[in-house]
Amino acid sequence: MSLRPSALAGLLLLLSLALAALGVCVGSTGFENLLGPLLHPLQDPDQTAMARQIVGEIRLPRTLGAWAAGALLGLAGAVAQGLFRNPLADPYLLGSASGASLGVALALAALGGNAGMLGASMMNGGPAVSVFSGSLLVRLGLTGAAFAGAVLAVLLTLALSRGVQHTLRLLLAGVVVGVVLGALTQLVLLLSPDSLQAMQAFMLGSTSFVGWTSFALMLSVWWLCVLAAWLMSRVLDGLSLGEATAHSLGLPVAPLRLALVAVLALATGTAVAQTGLIAFVGLAAPHLVRSVAKSTHGWLMWLASLMGGTLLMGADILARGLVAPQELPVGVLTAVLGGGYLLWLMHRSSSRGGSL
Amino acid sequence: MANAAKNIALEARGIRASLGNSPVLHGIDLALPAGRWTSVVGPNGAGKSTLLKVLAGLLPHSGEVHLLGQPLASLTGRQRAVQLSWLGQNESSGDDLTVLDVVMLGRLPHQPWLGAPSAADHAAVQQALLATQAWDWRQRALGQLSGGERQRVLLARALAVQAPVLLMDEPLANLDPPHQADWLALVRALTARGHTVVSVLHEISMALHADDLLVLADGRLAHHGPCADPASHRALEQVFDHRIAIHALQGQWVALPVAA
Repeated sequence: MSLRPSALAGLLLLLSLALAALGVCVGSTGFENLLGPLLHPLQDPDQTAMARQIVGEIRLPRTLGAWAAGALLGLAGAVAQGLFRNPLADPYLLGSASGASLGVALALAALGGNAGMLGASMMNGGPAVSVFSGSLLVRLGLTGAAFAGAVLAVLLTLALSRGVQHTLRLLLAGVVVGVVLGALTQLVLLLSPDSLQAMQAFMLGSTSFVGWTSFALMLSVWWLCVLAAWLMSRVLDGLSLGEATAHSLGLPVAPLRLALVAVLALATGTAVAQTGLIAFVGLAAPHLVRSVAKSTHGWLMWLASLMGGTLLMGADILARGLVAPQELPVGVLTAVLGGGYLLWLMHRSSSRGGSL
Repeated sequence: MANAAKNIALEARGIRASLGNSPVLHGIDLALPAGRWTSVVGPNGAGKSTLLKVLAGLLPHSGEVHLLGQPLASLTGRQRAVQLSWLGQNESSGDDLTVLDVVMLGRLPHQPWLGAPSAADHAAVQQALLATQAWDWRQRALGQLSGGERQRVLLARALAVQAPVLLMDEPLANLDPPHQADWLALVRALTARGHTVVSVLHEISMALHADDLLVLADGRLAHHGPCADPASHRALEQVFDHRIAIHALQGQWVALPVAA
């Protein structure tokens, strides 16, 4: 089966809209309890105000935020897989995930008990704490620490691999940075056990705290990154035929590769900082796109974004609905679903004589 | 002098190059005339592919390479790309791209950045795919093709550049004999139109169809002369330690292995 790229884009957009509508309806307060007050504001002004707050301040930004984070991860996955010419490349490959974790662990250790409370409420999820609560400062601090950690880790990887010229060296450096920063994170947590619970929430990934500010930030960064990646996508097409062929076509491979690594770091760092470590979306989104549509990297940048957004928004709705009124951390759900998807991919590939 | 420069497609002076830390080419001087097909031959490890990469400007080296009379180092990537087309060996290939997308990549040097393909681009792609008999699969993904079919698509990609100089490293890899014969006809048609073709071929009998032979051994140029010249045959037999013998058979030269 093969769809035209434009048809797949249309399909994913429609699916995104449908899921967004569903996302507004699903939650601990059932939609039927919200619809009445919203449609008849004069009957009970208090109820209406609360319904408005639930939909406008919690569910809508969270649902759209899940889409934006998924779009960032899907885009980063497409860039990573094109850049490293490896279908199993992941946006977290260059050490950004472990860098962000270390940043958050350090920030939690520095903030102490206050952050621990935030972590506890993150674990429970749901509308218990809104972004307008007193912990906003803490939250901004954590976000900043995660972002700084991700960017610094990628810079460290680049320094260790002495640039982006050698793909294998870059990947190995990313692995080394990941292992070392991971060990440091464990050490920090060992020294400040108070922050363990909050850290766990970050490691599992959650969309329950995404407010309008987070959503706006992720959406703007996504626009910036997807446009930049789309403008540079020709070099990925060229690279898919091999390094020498890309050079022979007159493509400025070296500077564009560096710029694409920057896009990868920015997109991943932004998503990780807002939602924690959400597994497999970045790996699976470009794969899913490629399994239904054959396209150039120009299209892939948009399609993998749309696919990632759709996936994470869908996973977020499931995470909220599966064990309602409790909810699962969305990262756990994507890891389970993503793991299953990879197994299926392996099975399909081996039954066709492939090497994956 | 200006005239002489015009008739030389590729000129190299004092080329030295290394792969990693081991030197591969130890000072090579050559001048390849335009409008001819030159085959680079030699034992494994002689530096054939390395020389081809240096001539294409794809490998750091010392010494000078001139492409159509201009120093290669003075050209921008795009200027070089429209004049010199490259077909590599064993390169990874974009399995998810369609055949049409792959061959259109050959038109990149002619297109403005992100510009839509022009009518000329489409015509060049169609012509290249028809020339390699790959037009029928144009909508298929490269990953769905066999090794030989894929090689014909990659060849079409190199042809679509429509560059005056074509460098090909093992272009016959995975091709069955009828398609090898088609490739020979294709190269003859190219040189007849004034294009210059340089190929690395490990199959000596195929290489002996060329106009000129460039014999390499241990990173040095052992011989450069017409394929029909007995001196070229002797040089070739010598670099292979007389383990091959060249015979005439039905108007062609064939190289047969000699048992030790």
